[in-house]
Amino acid sequence: MTSTPLAASKRTSPTGGGAVVIHDVSKTYGDGRSSVAALDNVTLSVAEGEFVCLLGASGCGKSTLLNLIAGIYHIDQGTIDTGSHRVGLIFQEPALFPWLTAEQNVDMAMQFRAVPRVQRHARTAELLALVNLDAFGTWRPHQLSGGMQQRVALARALAQDADILLMDEPFGALDAMTRDVLHDEFERIWQASGLTVLFVTHNVREAVRLGDRVVLLSSRPGRVVAEFAVDIPRPRRIDSQPVAELAATITTSLREEVRRHGH
Amino acid sequence: MATDRTLDDDLRGLDALDTPRVESRSRSAAMWSAAWPKLLAITLALATWQVVVWSGWKPTYVLPGPQEVLSRLGTELTNSTFYRAVSVTLQRAVTGFALAAVLGSLLGLAVSQSRILRRGIGSLITGLQTMPSITWFPFAILVFKLSEAAILFVIVLGAGPAIANGLISGVDHIPPILLRAGRVLGARGLASWRHVIFPAALPGYVAGLKHGWAFAWRSLMAGELLVIIASRPSIGVRLKFAHEMADAAGLMAMMLVVLFIGIAMDGLVFGTIERHVRRNRGLLSAGD
Repeated sequence: MTSTPLAASKRTSPTGGGAVVIHDVSKTYGDGRSSVAALDNVTLSVAEGEFVCLLGASGCGKSTLLNLIAGIYHIDQGTIDTGSHRVGLIFQEPALFPWLTAEQNVDMAMQFRAVPRVQRHARTAELLALVNLDAFGTWRPHQLSGGMQQRVALARALAQDADILLMDEPFGALDAMTRDVLHDEFERIWQASGLTVLFVTHNVREAVRLGDRVVLLSSRPGRVVAEFAVDIPRPRRIDSQPVAELAATITTSLREEVRRHGH
Repeated sequence: MATDRTLDDDLRGLDALDTPRVESRSRSAAMWSAAWPKLLAITLALATWQVVVWSGWKPTYVLPGPQEVLSRLGTELTNSTFYRAVSVTLQRAVTGFALAAVLGSLLGLAVSQSRILRRGIGSLITGLQTMPSITWFPFAILVFKLSEAAILFVIVLGAGPAIANGLISGVDHIPPILLRAGRVLGARGLASWRHVIFPAALPGYVAGLKHGWAFAWRSLMAGELLVIIASRPSIGVRLKFAHEMADAAGLMAMMLVVLFIGIAMDGLVFGTIERHVRRNRGLLSAGD
């Protein structure tokens, strides 16, 4: 066993800095009797350059948390501090603009930030090369496979000059083979770029494959119930023994969480 | 480094397997496959017409056969007043449609962005669209007399609502994920309109323009039959005169011209734009 639940391991103090510091955040949808508490007193800190996977069953508010960090939703209670970082968000769907080519999609992210044209050009080429799609710059989204589209979306998010990347089940809709290759690819990009990543998934093995740390959220309302440091050396393989063992441990905790709702 | 190279190869292999193979057909083959169903339809229509004439249902001075009408159309095509009439009519059509496009787009823009405006006049726009344009003419003639303005007024009322509705439904049908993506990327205000909302709404907007053109053309034809301006020959005027002279062949030749212009604008102008928009977004199947 190469890892232990984080209660017994290092735990970054929420006040001790970090790229993302989430302190005591709650979020409720609706009001009165029909209100639903999506998040309840979530406290979590992500260190600079860290890769944290958020794991939970349905209704754990994973996506809500990302949207709060990205500033799309308003926070009811608590604070989220991302300092002077730029935050990029990647959805489960690539959400590329279908009327633009791959190149233009990446370029658009910089155009919104009023980056000069010459700079945009060079940076677009660089980013498409980074995601191994330099040969597909003039292709349109519908001509690309789901995995390729998701890589364009990644290049587009990076074009925002984001240093924090929030990813909402980005590989969830892909076939297993493509997903495995993209894990390797994304790990390489993450290691090369020093990005801070907050990665939402419901796939336990994926979380262990990618994360420095796996955070388990409870459902309805979402609350941090356990944290697992993943001390398995990289590059990891999703089908390796240590990954499978830790995934089994986490799955047990996840199942317990889910079972509570059956009563 | 070795593992990196394997990774790159894996990716390249997957990409090659995943990218669609585009079957390329020769241009002439594509044109032929688009043309023959149309040619067949025209032939069938002419044949049916000829059969009805042969059946003796109506005397030929009331219902002339295709041969007579087409040869009459041939003589018209060598006549300079005919071209003057067509150019006056087309000028009105283009001016009226352009005006309708500007006003309709502004209206659609306003309504798609404001909840209050939508509640207030959203159903009114659809109501206007269902109103036959001919019902506007008595009012238009009362207000503008027998003038170009009366015709333009009715064209704008006919085509404007269709264009506004097209833009509104285009905006309404934008997938929310694209708007979210735009927001996450930092699209705000005018930039958001220019780079996200408008391009995303374009298919609906183009459909609206296409409908708008059909309404404009219908309104114009109705208008030219009612609003006759001295020394302004037009397709409508020629239709009316052919009717008054009981010149059945001339009347039907003119109707063919009206039909042909309508189809040509719809197919060549709007059809081309529409196909372009759909092809870019992968909304066109191989056969289209």
